[in-house]
Amino acid sequence: MSETNENDGRERGEAVLAIFQRGAEFTRQILDENSRLRLELNDVQQRHFHAAQSDDDWEKLRQELISKIEELQNQNLTMLEQLRLIQGENQDFAERYVEVEEENNNLANLYVASYQLHSTLDSGEVVKVILEIVINLIGAEIFCVYVAEEETGIMTPVAAEGDDVAACPLLQIGEGFVGESVESGTVAIGDPSTQGRPPSKGGEPVVSIPLRVDDRPVGAIVIYKLLQQKDGFSPLDNELFTLLAGHAATAIFASRLYAQSERKLSTIQGFIDLLTN
Amino acid sequence: MAGQRILIVEDSPTMRQLLVFALKRLKGFEIVEAQDGMDGLRKVTSDHFDLAFVDINMPVMDGLKLISLIRGEPSLAAMPICVITTEGAQEDRERAISLGANEYLTKPIQANKVLSVAKSLLKLDN
Repeated sequence: MSETNENDGRERGEAVLAIFQRGAEFTRQILDENSRLRLELNDVQQRHFHAAQSDDDWEKLRQELISKIEELQNQNLTMLEQLRLIQGENQDFAERYVEVEEENNNLANLYVASYQLHSTLDSGEVVKVILEIVINLIGAEIFCVYVAEEETGIMTPVAAEGDDVAACPLLQIGEGFVGESVESGTVAIGDPSTQGRPPSKGGEPVVSIPLRVDDRPVGAIVIYKLLQQKDGFSPLDNELFTLLAGHAATAIFASRLYAQSERKLSTIQGFIDLLTN
Repeated sequence: MAGQRILIVEDSPTMRQLLVFALKRLKGFEIVEAQDGMDGLRKVTSDHFDLAFVDINMPVMDGLKLISLIRGEPSLAAMPICVITTEGAQEDRERAISLGANEYLTKPIQANKVLSVAKSLLKLDN
Protein backbone atom coordinates (compact mmCIF):
# COMPACT_ATOMS: atom_id res chain seq x y z
CA MET A 1 0.00 0.00 0.00
CA SER A 2 2.74 2.40 0.99
CA GLU A 3 4.64 1.31 -2.14
CA THR A 4 1.68 2.30 -4.33
CA ASN A 5 1.52 5.75 -2.72
CA GLU A 6 5.22 6.20 -3.33
CA ASN A 7 4.80 5.44 -7.10
CA ASP A 8 1.88 7.86 -7.43
CA GLY A 9 3.93 10.63 -5.81
CA ARG A 10 6.84 10.03 -8.26
CA GLU A 11 4.57 10.20 -11.30
CA ARG A 12 2.95 13.43 -10.12
CA GLY A 13 6.40 14.88 -9.50
CA GLU A 14 7.55 13.97 -13.03
CA ALA A 15 4.36 15.48 -14.50
CA VAL A 16 4.89 18.73 -12.56
CA LEU A 17 8.55 18.75 -13.70
CA ALA A 18 7.49 18.37 -17.36
CA ILE A 19 5.01 21.24 -16.96
CA PHE A 20 7.77 23.44 -15.53
CA GLN A 21 10.15 22.47 -18.37
CA ARG A 22 7.57 23.43 -21.04
CA GLY A 23 6.97 26.68 -19.14
CA ALA A 24 10.74 27.37 -19.14
CA GLU A 25 10.96 26.67 -22.90
CA PHE A 26 7.99 28.96 -23.61
CA THR A 27 9.55 31.72 -21.47
CA ARG A 28 12.86 31.40 -23.42
CA GLN A 29 11.00 31.77 -26.74
CA ILE A 30 9.19 34.87 -25.44
CA LEU A 31 12.51 36.37 -24.34
CA ASP A 32 14.08 35.71 -27.79
CA GLU A 33 11.11 37.28 -29.55
CA ASN A 34 11.28 40.21 -27.18
CA SER A 35 14.97 40.69 -27.96
CA ARG A 36 14.31 40.58 -31.75
CA LEU A 37 11.50 43.10 -31.44
CA ARG A 38 13.70 45.41 -29.38
CA LEU A 39 16.39 45.36 -32.11
CA GLU A 40 13.78 46.07 -34.76
CA LEU A 41 12.39 48.95 -32.74
CA ASN A 42 15.88 50.33 -32.36
CA ASP A 43 16.41 50.15 -36.12
CA VAL A 44 13.09 51.93 -36.78
CA GLN A 45 14.01 54.63 -34.27
CA GLN A 46 17.39 55.13 -35.96
CA ARG A 47 15.77 55.50 -39.37
CA HIS A 48 13.19 57.84 -37.98
CA PHE A 49 15.94 59.91 -36.38
CA HIS A 50 17.78 60.32 -39.71
CA ALA A 51 14.69 60.96 -41.81
CA ALA A 52 13.42 64.42 -42.66
CA GLN A 53 12.06 65.97 -39.55
CA SER A 54 10.46 69.06 -41.03
CA ASP A 55 9.18 70.73 -44.25
CA ASP A 56 12.58 72.34 -44.70
CA ASP A 57 14.24 68.97 -44.54
CA TRP A 58 11.77 67.62 -47.08
CA GLU A 59 12.45 70.62 -49.38
CA LYS A 60 16.18 70.10 -49.02
CA LEU A 61 15.81 66.45 -49.87
CA ARG A 62 13.62 67.29 -52.82
CA GLN A 63 16.19 69.81 -54.14
CA GLU A 64 18.95 67.26 -53.76
CA LEU A 65 16.93 64.73 -55.73
CA ILE A 66 16.09 67.28 -58.45
CA SER A 67 19.76 68.23 -58.67
CA LYS A 68 20.73 64.57 -58.97
CA ILE A 69 18.14 64.04 -61.72
CA GLU A 70 19.45 67.08 -63.61
CA GLU A 71 22.99 65.79 -63.29
CA LEU A 72 21.95 62.40 -64.68
CA GLN A 73 20.03 64.08 -67.50
CA ASN A 74 23.14 66.10 -68.40
CA GLN A 75 25.24 62.97 -68.35
CA ASN A 76 22.67 61.30 -70.57
CA LEU A 77 22.76 64.23 -73.04
CA THR A 78 26.57 64.15 -73.09
CA MET A 79 26.57 60.46 -73.78
CA LEU A 80 23.96 60.85 -76.51
CA GLU A 81 26.10 63.58 -78.08
CA GLN A 82 29.16 61.34 -77.92
CA LEU A 83 27.15 58.50 -79.45
CA ARG A 84 26.03 60.80 -82.26
CA LEU A 85 29.64 61.84 -82.90
CA ILE A 86 30.81 58.23 -82.96
CA GLN A 87 27.97 57.29 -85.32
CA GLY A 88 29.01 60.18 -87.56
CA GLU A 89 32.62 59.03 -87.50
CA ASN A 90 31.53 55.49 -88.32
CA GLN A 91 29.53 56.81 -91.24
CA ASP A 92 32.57 58.79 -92.44
CA PHE A 93 34.75 55.70 -92.13
CA ALA A 94 32.21 53.60 -94.04
CA GLU A 95 32.05 56.19 -96.84
CA ARG A 96 35.82 56.49 -96.88
CA TYR A 97 36.11 52.70 -97.06
CA VAL A 98 33.83 52.63 -100.11
CA GLU A 99 35.89 55.40 -101.74
CA VAL A 100 39.15 53.57 -101.02
CA GLU A 101 37.69 50.33 -102.38
CA GLU A 102 36.63 52.13 -105.56
CA GLU A 103 40.02 53.78 -105.86
CA ASN A 104 41.66 50.39 -105.35
CA ASN A 105 39.53 48.91 -108.13
CA ASN A 106 40.36 51.77 -110.45
CA LEU A 107 44.06 51.46 -109.71
CA ALA A 108 43.88 47.71 -110.36
CA ASN A 109 42.42 48.39 -113.81
CA LEU A 110 44.97 51.09 -114.59
CA TYR A 111 47.86 48.98 -113.31
CA VAL A 112 46.81 45.98 -115.40
CA ALA A 113 46.31 48.12 -118.52
CA SER A 114 49.69 49.80 -118.10
CA TYR A 115 51.46 46.52 -117.29
CA GLN A 116 50.05 44.76 -120.33
CA LEU A 117 50.81 47.65 -122.71
CA HIS A 118 54.47 47.64 -121.73
CA SER A 119 54.87 43.88 -121.54
CA THR A 120 55.91 43.49 -125.18
CA LEU A 121 57.88 45.23 -127.95
CA ASP A 122 56.08 43.36 -130.72
CA SER A 123 53.82 45.82 -132.56
CA GLY A 124 51.20 43.15 -133.29
CA GLU A 125 51.08 42.20 -129.62
CA VAL A 126 50.80 45.86 -128.59
CA VAL A 127 47.76 46.32 -130.83
CA LYS A 128 46.28 43.08 -129.45
CA VAL A 129 46.70 44.39 -125.90
CA ILE A 130 45.04 47.68 -126.88
CA LEU A 131 42.08 45.70 -128.29
CA GLU A 132 41.82 43.68 -125.07
CA ILE A 133 41.88 46.78 -122.90
CA VAL A 134 39.23 48.57 -124.95
CA ILE A 135 36.95 45.50 -124.98
CA ASN A 136 37.46 44.22 -121.43
CA LEU A 137 38.23 47.29 -119.36
CA ILE A 138 36.32 50.02 -121.21
CA GLY A 139 33.53 47.85 -122.60
CA ALA A 140 33.49 48.83 -126.29
CA GLU A 141 31.84 46.62 -128.90
CA ILE A 142 32.80 48.36 -132.15
CA PHE A 143 36.04 50.32 -132.48
CA CYS A 144 39.13 50.87 -134.66
CA VAL A 145 42.77 51.45 -133.82
CA TYR A 146 44.53 53.91 -136.14
CA VAL A 147 48.23 54.56 -136.66
CA ALA A 148 49.33 57.93 -138.06
CA GLU A 149 52.00 58.62 -140.65
CA GLU A 150 53.94 61.59 -139.45
CA GLU A 151 54.87 62.92 -142.91
CA THR A 152 51.43 62.86 -144.50
CA GLY A 153 49.21 63.13 -141.42
CA ILE A 154 47.10 60.25 -142.70
CA MET A 155 45.77 57.81 -140.12
CA THR A 156 45.40 54.21 -141.26
CA PRO A 157 43.28 51.59 -139.45
CA VAL A 158 45.47 48.72 -138.24
CA ALA A 159 42.95 46.77 -136.15
CA ALA A 160 39.22 46.74 -135.56
CA GLU A 161 36.69 44.96 -133.39
CA GLY A 162 33.07 44.51 -134.39
CA ASP A 163 33.73 45.51 -138.00
CA ASP A 164 36.11 44.73 -140.83
CA VAL A 165 39.32 46.74 -140.51
CA ALA A 166 39.21 47.42 -144.25
CA ALA A 167 35.81 49.07 -143.77
CA CYS A 168 37.23 51.68 -141.39
CA PRO A 169 37.85 54.94 -143.26
CA LEU A 170 41.24 56.60 -143.64
CA LEU A 171 41.39 59.74 -141.51
CA GLN A 172 43.41 62.92 -141.69
CA ILE A 173 44.98 64.63 -138.67
CA GLY A 174 43.28 67.97 -138.08
CA GLU A 175 40.09 67.06 -139.91
CA GLY A 176 36.79 65.93 -138.46
CA PHE A 177 35.86 64.60 -135.04
CA VAL A 178 38.85 62.24 -134.77
CA GLY A 179 41.41 64.31 -136.68
CA GLU A 180 40.82 67.38 -134.53
CA SER A 181 41.03 65.29 -131.37
CA VAL A 182 44.40 63.87 -132.45
CA GLU A 183 45.71 67.29 -133.44
CA SER A 184 44.69 68.88 -130.13
CA GLY A 185 45.65 65.85 -128.04
CA THR A 186 42.36 65.85 -126.16
CA VAL A 187 39.93 62.98 -125.77
CA ALA A 188 36.75 63.78 -127.70
CA ILE A 189 33.45 62.34 -126.51
CA GLY A 190 30.49 62.62 -128.85
CA ASP A 191 26.80 62.06 -128.34
CA PRO A 192 26.35 58.51 -126.95
CA SER A 193 22.81 58.41 -128.35
CA THR A 194 24.22 58.40 -131.90
CA GLN A 195 26.14 55.19 -131.30
CA GLY A 196 25.11 51.87 -132.69
CA ARG A 197 26.31 51.47 -136.27
CA PRO A 198 29.75 50.26 -137.38
CA PRO A 199 31.84 52.52 -139.64
CA SER A 200 31.09 50.27 -142.62
CA LYS A 201 27.43 51.26 -142.27
CA GLY A 202 28.08 54.94 -141.80
CA GLY A 203 28.34 54.86 -138.02
CA GLU A 204 29.64 57.96 -136.25
CA PRO A 205 32.38 57.75 -133.63
CA VAL A 206 31.35 58.40 -130.03
CA VAL A 207 34.83 58.56 -128.55
CA SER A 208 38.19 59.51 -130.01
CA ILE A 209 41.27 58.78 -127.91
CA PRO A 210 44.30 60.49 -129.43
CA LEU A 211 47.56 58.57 -129.13
CA ARG A 212 50.51 60.94 -128.73
CA VAL A 213 54.09 60.77 -127.55
CA ASP A 214 54.95 64.25 -126.30
CA ASP A 215 53.66 66.42 -129.18
CA ARG A 216 53.94 63.77 -131.85
CA PRO A 217 50.66 62.19 -132.98
CA VAL A 218 50.98 58.41 -133.14
CA GLY A 219 47.40 57.41 -133.89
CA ALA A 220 43.96 57.11 -132.34
CA ILE A 221 41.46 54.70 -130.86
CA VAL A 222 38.00 55.41 -132.22
CA ILE A 223 34.98 53.87 -130.49
CA TYR A 224 31.72 53.53 -132.44
CA LYS A 225 29.62 51.47 -130.07
CA LEU A 226 29.70 50.37 -126.43
CA LEU A 227 28.61 46.96 -125.11
CA GLN A 228 24.86 46.86 -124.52
CA GLN A 229 25.26 46.61 -120.72
CA LYS A 230 27.42 49.76 -120.72
CA ASP A 231 25.20 52.84 -120.47
CA GLY A 232 27.77 55.62 -120.11
CA PHE A 233 31.26 56.54 -119.04
CA SER A 234 32.54 56.40 -115.48
CA PRO A 235 35.44 58.35 -113.94
CA LEU A 236 37.49 55.16 -114.41
CA ASP A 237 36.79 55.26 -118.16
CA ASN A 238 38.16 58.79 -118.32
CA GLU A 239 41.27 57.62 -116.45
CA LEU A 240 41.64 54.74 -118.91
CA PHE A 241 41.25 57.11 -121.89
CA THR A 242 44.06 59.26 -120.47
CA LEU A 243 46.21 56.21 -119.75
CA LEU A 244 45.68 54.83 -123.25
CA ALA A 245 46.39 58.23 -124.82
CA GLY A 246 49.86 58.21 -123.27
CA HIS A 247 50.83 54.60 -122.65
CA ALA A 248 49.34 52.99 -125.77
CA ALA A 249 51.06 55.67 -127.85
CA THR A 250 54.38 55.02 -126.12
CA ALA A 251 53.97 51.26 -126.54
CA ILE A 252 53.20 51.61 -130.28
CA PHE A 253 56.05 54.09 -130.72
CA ALA A 254 58.52 51.85 -128.87
CA SER A 255 57.47 48.76 -130.83
CA ARG A 256 57.92 50.65 -134.10
CA LEU A 257 61.40 51.83 -133.08
CA TYR A 258 62.25 48.29 -131.99
CA ALA A 259 61.07 46.88 -135.32
CA GLN A 260 63.10 49.52 -137.18
CA SER A 261 66.21 48.81 -135.11
CA GLU A 262 65.75 45.08 -135.68
CA ARG A 263 65.52 45.66 -139.42
CA LYS A 264 68.60 47.90 -139.38
CA LEU A 265 70.48 45.40 -137.26
CA SER A 266 69.55 42.66 -139.68
CA THR A 267 70.72 44.77 -142.65
CA ILE A 268 74.00 45.66 -140.94
CA GLN A 269 74.52 42.02 -139.99
CA GLY A 270 73.92 41.09 -143.66
CA PHE A 271 76.58 43.58 -144.79
CA ILE A 272 79.03 42.31 -142.18
CA ASP A 273 78.37 38.73 -143.24
CA LEU A 274 78.90 39.76 -146.89
CA LEU A 275 82.18 41.51 -146.11
CA THR A 276 83.58 38.79 -143.88
CA ASN A 277 82.69 35.81 -146.07
CA MET B 1 41.07 27.02 -95.74
CA ALA B 2 44.58 25.96 -96.89
CA GLY B 3 44.71 24.08 -100.17
CA GLN B 4 41.62 25.66 -101.72
CA ARG B 5 41.87 26.60 -105.38
CA ILE B 6 40.16 28.87 -107.88
CA LEU B 7 40.42 28.38 -111.64
CA ILE B 8 40.29 31.27 -114.13
CA VAL B 9 39.53 30.20 -117.70
CA GLU B 10 40.04 33.27 -119.90
CA ASP B 11 41.92 33.82 -123.15
CA SER B 12 42.74 37.48 -122.52
CA PRO B 13 45.94 37.95 -120.43
CA THR B 14 44.64 41.39 -119.43
CA MET B 15 41.46 39.94 -117.96
CA ARG B 16 43.32 37.07 -116.31
CA GLN B 17 45.67 39.50 -114.61
CA LEU B 18 42.76 41.66 -113.43
CA LEU B 19 40.91 38.61 -112.06
CA VAL B 20 44.04 37.34 -110.29
CA PHE B 21 44.51 40.83 -108.84
CA ALA B 22 40.96 40.78 -107.46
CA LEU B 23 41.00 37.19 -106.18
CA LYS B 24 44.40 37.46 -104.51
CA ARG B 25 42.58 39.23 -101.69
CA LEU B 26 41.05 35.88 -100.70
CA LYS B 27 43.55 34.54 -98.21
CA GLY B 28 44.52 30.89 -98.46
CA PHE B 29 43.40 30.35 -102.04
CA GLU B 30 45.62 29.30 -104.91
CA ILE B 31 44.66 30.95 -108.21
CA VAL B 32 45.25 28.85 -111.31
CA GLU B 33 44.96 30.23 -114.86
CA ALA B 34 43.84 28.49 -118.05
CA GLN B 35 44.01 30.24 -121.42
CA ASP B 36 41.11 28.52 -123.22
CA GLY B 37 38.30 26.03 -122.67
CA MET B 38 40.41 22.98 -123.46
CA ASP B 39 43.17 24.07 -121.11
CA GLY B 40 40.49 24.70 -118.48
CA LEU B 41 38.98 21.23 -118.98
CA ARG B 42 42.40 19.62 -118.63
CA LYS B 43 43.05 21.45 -115.39
CA VAL B 44 39.62 20.96 -113.88
CA THR B 45 39.71 17.21 -114.49
CA SER B 46 43.22 16.72 -113.13
CA ASP B 47 42.96 18.86 -109.96
CA HIS B 48 40.33 19.81 -107.43
CA PHE B 49 38.93 23.37 -107.69
CA ASP B 50 36.48 25.07 -105.35
CA LEU B 51 35.35 27.68 -107.88
CA ALA B 52 35.83 28.50 -111.57
CA PHE B 53 35.53 31.79 -113.47
CA VAL B 54 34.86 31.06 -117.13
CA ASP B 55 34.85 33.38 -120.15
CA ILE B 56 32.41 32.57 -122.97
CA ASN B 57 34.20 33.61 -126.15
CA MET B 58 37.48 31.71 -126.28
CA PRO B 59 39.49 29.89 -128.94
CA VAL B 60 39.79 26.07 -129.10
CA MET B 61 36.79 25.50 -126.80
CA ASP B 62 34.30 28.16 -125.72
CA GLY B 63 33.06 28.66 -122.19
CA LEU B 64 29.55 27.26 -122.74
CA LYS B 65 30.95 23.98 -124.05
CA LEU B 66 33.29 23.82 -121.07
CA ILE B 67 30.43 24.41 -118.61
CA SER B 68 28.28 21.70 -120.18
CA LEU B 69 31.21 19.22 -120.02
CA ILE B 70 31.89 20.09 -116.39
CA ARG B 71 28.23 19.66 -115.43
CA GLY B 72 28.16 16.33 -117.26
CA GLU B 73 30.91 15.00 -115.02
CA PRO B 74 29.37 13.88 -111.68
CA SER B 75 32.54 14.57 -109.67
CA LEU B 76 32.53 18.20 -110.86
CA ALA B 77 28.80 18.83 -110.74
CA ALA B 78 28.93 20.68 -107.42
CA MET B 79 31.76 23.08 -108.32
CA PRO B 80 30.41 26.66 -108.53
CA ILE B 81 30.97 28.39 -111.87
CA CYS B 82 30.84 32.12 -112.56
CA VAL B 83 30.68 33.28 -116.16
CA ILE B 84 32.50 36.50 -117.10
CA THR B 85 31.66 37.72 -120.55
CA THR B 86 31.04 40.66 -122.87
CA GLU B 87 27.67 39.15 -123.83
CA GLY B 88 25.10 41.16 -121.91
CA ALA B 89 21.88 39.94 -123.55
CA GLN B 90 19.32 38.26 -121.31
CA GLU B 91 19.15 35.17 -123.54
CA ASP B 92 22.93 34.69 -123.21
CA ARG B 93 22.60 34.87 -119.42
CA GLU B 94 19.70 32.41 -119.40
CA ARG B 95 21.58 30.01 -121.67
CA ALA B 96 24.66 30.02 -119.42
CA ILE B 97 22.55 29.53 -116.29
CA SER B 98 20.57 26.72 -117.92
CA LEU B 99 23.84 24.95 -118.78
CA GLY B 100 24.86 25.08 -115.13
CA ALA B 101 26.57 28.41 -114.44
CA ASN B 102 25.86 29.74 -110.93
CA GLU B 103 26.62 33.41 -111.59
CA TYR B 104 26.90 35.65 -114.65
CA LEU B 105 29.04 38.79 -114.71
CA THR B 106 29.33 41.08 -117.72
CA LYS B 107 32.43 43.02 -118.75
CA PRO B 108 33.75 45.52 -117.95
CA ILE B 109 34.08 44.09 -114.47
CA GLN B 110 34.91 45.65 -111.12
CA ALA B 111 37.41 43.85 -108.89
CA ASN B 112 35.20 44.25 -105.79
CA LYS B 113 32.23 42.72 -107.61
CA VAL B 114 34.33 39.70 -108.59
CA LEU B 115 35.50 39.36 -105.00
CA SER B 116 31.99 39.62 -103.65
CA VAL B 117 30.66 36.95 -106.06
CA ALA B 118 33.61 34.67 -105.21
CA LYS B 119 32.90 35.00 -101.48
CA SER B 120 29.23 34.29 -102.05
CA LEU B 121 29.86 31.18 -104.19
CA LEU B 122 32.51 29.90 -101.76
CA LYS B 123 30.11 30.60 -98.88
CA LEU B 124 32.70 32.67 -97.07
CA ASP B 125 31.84 35.17 -94.36
CA ASN B 126 32.93 38.75 -94.87
